[in-house]
Amino acid sequence: MTDAEELRSLTRQLLADHPPATTDRTDFLRARFDAGLAWVHYPVGLGGLDAPRALQAVVDTELAAAGAPDNDPRRIGIGLGMAAPTLLAYGSDEVKRRFLRPLWVGEEVWCQLFSEPGAGSDLAALGTRAVRDGGDWVVDGQKVWTSSAHVARWAILIARTDPDVPKHRGITYFVCDMTDPGVEVRPLRQITGEAEFNEVFLTGVRIPDAHRLGETGDGWRVAQTTLMNERVSIGGARIPREGGMIGKAATTWRERPELRTHDLHRRLLDLWVDAEVARLTGERLRQQLVAGQPGPEGSAMKLGFARLNQAISGLEVELLGEEGLLYGEWEMRRPELVDFTGRDAGYRYLRSKGNSIEGGTTEVLLNIVAERVLGLPSEPRNDKDVAWKDLSR
Amino acid sequence: MTERTAQSDLLYSETEDDLRAAVRSLLTDRAGHQELLGRIESDSPYVPGLWKALAGDMGAAGLLVPEKLGGQGASHREAAVVLEELGRAVTPAPYLTSAVVATETLLALAGESTPAAELLSGLASGRTVAVLAVPLSASPYAEPSERSTASTVTGVADAGAADVLLVSRADGLYAVPAGEATVEPQIPLDLTRPLARVTTEAGSGTLLAGPDAAAAAIRRGLLAGAGLLASEQLGLAEWCLEETVRHTRERHQFNRPVGSFQALKHRMAQLWLDVVGARAAARAAADALATGSPDAPLTVAVAQAYCSKVAVRAAEECVQLHGGIGMTWEHPAHIALKRAKSDQLALGSAGRHQDAIAALVDLPAPA
Ligand SMILES: Cc1cc2nc3c(=O)[nH]c(=O)nc-3n(C[C@H](O)[C@H](O)[C@H](O)COP(=O)(O)OP(=O)(O)OC[C@H]3O[C@@H](n4cnc5c(N)ncnc54)[C@H](O)[C@@H]3O)c2cc1C
Repeated sequence: MTDAEELRSLTRQLLADHPPATTDRTDFLRARFDAGLAWVHYPVGLGGLDAPRALQAVVDTELAAAGAPDNDPRRIGIGLGMAAPTLLAYGSDEVKRRFLRPLWVGEEVWCQLFSEPGAGSDLAALGTRAVRDGGDWVVDGQKVWTSSAHVARWAILIARTDPDVPKHRGITYFVCDMTDPGVEVRPLRQITGEAEFNEVFLTGVRIPDAHRLGETGDGWRVAQTTLMNERVSIGGARIPREGGMIGKAATTWRERPELRTHDLHRRLLDLWVDAEVARLTGERLRQQLVAGQPGPEGSAMKLGFARLNQAISGLEVELLGEEGLLYGEWEMRRPELVDFTGRDAGYRYLRSKGNSIEGGTTEVLLNIVAERVLGLPSEPRNDKDVAWKDLSR
Repeated sequence: MTERTAQSDLLYSETEDDLRAAVRSLLTDRAGHQELLGRIESDSPYVPGLWKALAGDMGAAGLLVPEKLGGQGASHREAAVVLEELGRAVTPAPYLTSAVVATETLLALAGESTPAAELLSGLASGRTVAVLAVPLSASPYAEPSERSTASTVTGVADAGAADVLLVSRADGLYAVPAGEATVEPQIPLDLTRPLARVTTEAGSGTLLAGPDAAAAAIRRGLLAGAGLLASEQLGLAEWCLEETVRHTRERHQFNRPVGSFQALKHRMAQLWLDVVGARAAARAAADALATGSPDAPLTVAVAQAYCSKVAVRAAEECVQLHGGIGMTWEHPAHIALKRAKSDQLALGSAGRHQDAIAALVDLPAPA
C-alpha cells in the first residue's frame, strides 16, 4: 500500500523530471498519468497506484503548489465522471489500456448516448437497436440531448439487443466510435440560444464486440454504474465558501449598493445560508467517503445544487433590475465546454433550468430518495413483466 | 484525544456514537413520549430522577467543564450529541439552559471569579441547576443595554427547576439562590420547556463579575446555546421525519399505503434533504465552538438560520401527513411541533441570526 509520504516523494520526482514551466501541457499530463498520479486509487498501469482515494489530495496539493497544469475536468466531465468509472468496472484489460489515458489527459472527449426522444426518465424504454453481425454489432436509432457530441471522440452507448424480454433485460452497453461514418451529429439549439447538446442519428454504425462493456443483455446494470457516478459528479465538486453561483450574486450585492432593496436582502441571505449549508453537506459527504462510510448524502448533492442554482440565478436577474432585462447575446454557437456559471446573469438563469433535468430530473431523483433511502413503497408498475416490444409507446 | 486539523470535522467519533447510544437508551426507558404525554399538564413536566441519571450518573452536565473544575473535559461536540437525543425525544430537562448556557457563561468568568468556579463544579456534577435569568428569546446579538436588567424577567426557561439564578444587573452578574427569588410559572407554548417570571430583589445574591465581563460572558453563553440548539432542532426534525415515514408506510387509504403516493413521497424526500443539510450545519457549529474557531459566530448563525426552519417544517409536515391523528393530544406530534416552534424563537430568531450573517460576511442591508 502506498502512503502519503511515498506519494509526496513520487509527486516531487514527477515535478523534477518534468518541470511544469518548461514542459508541454499534454506531455506533463501524460507523464503524470504514467507515474500513477492521475487518480491514485486506480490500478497500477491505469493512471493509479491502488492507493486510498483520500490520498489524491496529497498529490493535488503538491502539484497545485508547483503550478502544474491540471486536466481541466470541466472539459472532460462526461469522460472523467461517467465513462471512466464504467470502463474501469466493466472494460477488458485491453479496453482500459486503450481508453483511460487519452480520456484522463483530455486528448479524447467523451459523450453519453443514453437519452432518446421516446426514452428520457424512462431510460430503459430505449429503442435504438444493436444487432450482432459476425464480430461486430450494427446499431440503428436516434439519440437526443447529447451534450458535447460535436466535440466527442468516443461515446458510451446503450442499445436494445433483445426486444422480446422486459425492457430492463434486453439492453447492452457499448463504446461507440463517434467518427464511424454511420454517426451523424446535428446541433440542437437550446433555451440559452447556443447548442451545447445535439441530436445523434445512428445508421448502420458498426461496433466491434470488443467494445461491449459487460455481458450482452446486462447493459442496464452497467448503466447504473454510470448513472450513480453522474449524480455524484454533478454538484459534487469541493468548493470554498461563496464558490459557485452564490459568489456571483454576493459580489454584485457588494459592488452595487444602488440595487439593494429589503426584499432582495432577505432572499439573498436565505440563499446565502442555503448555499453555505450545501457546501457543508458536500464537505460532510467527502469526509464520509474518506472515512469509508459512504452515506446516502450523495443523492442530496445533485438535487440541492439544481434548486440552489435556479433560485440564486433567478434572484440575480431580479437584483440587476433594468439590466436584468437584457441578455448577452443570442447568437447560435456550439460551445466546447459545459459552463453553468459562465457569462451573464440571464444566461445563468436559463442554463440552470437544465440542472433539474439533466442527469435525472428532480422528480425522478426524489422518487429514488423516497424509495431507496426512506424505504417508502414504490409506484405501482405495469411494465415489469411485459416484453419491451409489447409496451405501449 | 485525536489530532484536530484546521478543517472542521463534521462526522461523529466513536466516543460520540457511544454517548448517543447511552443517552438514547436512558431516554427511551425513562422519558418516552407516552411518559411525557402523561406529565405535560402536571405541575412539572420533568421526569423524576431523569436529571440525576443524565447529568450526574452519566456525567452529561459536565461535558463542557474542564476536569480541573470537576467536569468531563469534553467539548461542544459531545454536548451537541446529547442535545440531538434530547431533541429527538423532546425531553423536558434543563440541559440547554443549565449545562450549556449557564455553564458557558460561568466558564467565561471562572478564571477570575472564585464563586463562578465553585458554582461550575456544582453544575458539572449535576447537583446544582443554574439558569441565566434572561427570556428564552434573548439573542446573543443584543447589546447589554437592551438586555433586561429589571428586577423582573419574564419567559425564563427552566427557572422553576433552577437552584441558582444568574441575574444580570447594571453593576454586574449575580448568583441568586432560588430561595431568595420569586419564580412564577407562565403558561408556555412548549409544554416541555417551562417558562417563568423571575423577580429578584436588588442586592440579593453573590456578585460574580462586573458589567463588562458579565456582558461578554452572557454573550458567550447565548452564542454557545444558539449553536447547540441547532443540534436539538436536528434531533427533533429527524424524529419527525422517521415517524412520518413509518406512519405513511403503514397507513392505508385508497387501497394503497399513503406513503406510496408520489406527492407525499416527494415531500418526505425533500424533508430528508433538509435534514441532511441540518446535520452538516449543526455539526459545523458544534465543531467550531469546540475548537474555538474564529469562524464560530458565523457558523453558529448559519446553523441557527437553517436548522430552526427545518425543525419547524419537519414538525408541521409530521402533523399534516399524520392526518387526523396528528391533531390529537394523544399523539406526540404536537409536543414536537410546540418545541420546534418555540425553538424557532429561542436564543435569537432566524432573522436575527441572518442579520448577524449579513454583517459578518459583508452583505449589508439597503441604506
Ligand atoms: C442540458 C441537458 C443536457 C443533457 N445531456 C445529456 C447527455 O449528454 N446524454 C444523454 O443521454 N442525455 C442528456 N440529457 C437528457 C436528460 O437525461 C433527459 O432529458 C432527462 O433524463 C429527462 O428525460 P426527458 O427529457 O425525456 O423528460 P421526461 O421523462 O419526458 O419527463 C417529463 C416530465 O415528467 C417528469 N417525470 C417523468 N417520469 C416521472 C416519474 N416517474 N415521476 C414523476 N415525474 C416524472 C419529469 O421529471 C419531467 O418533469 C440532457 C438534458 C439536458 C436538459
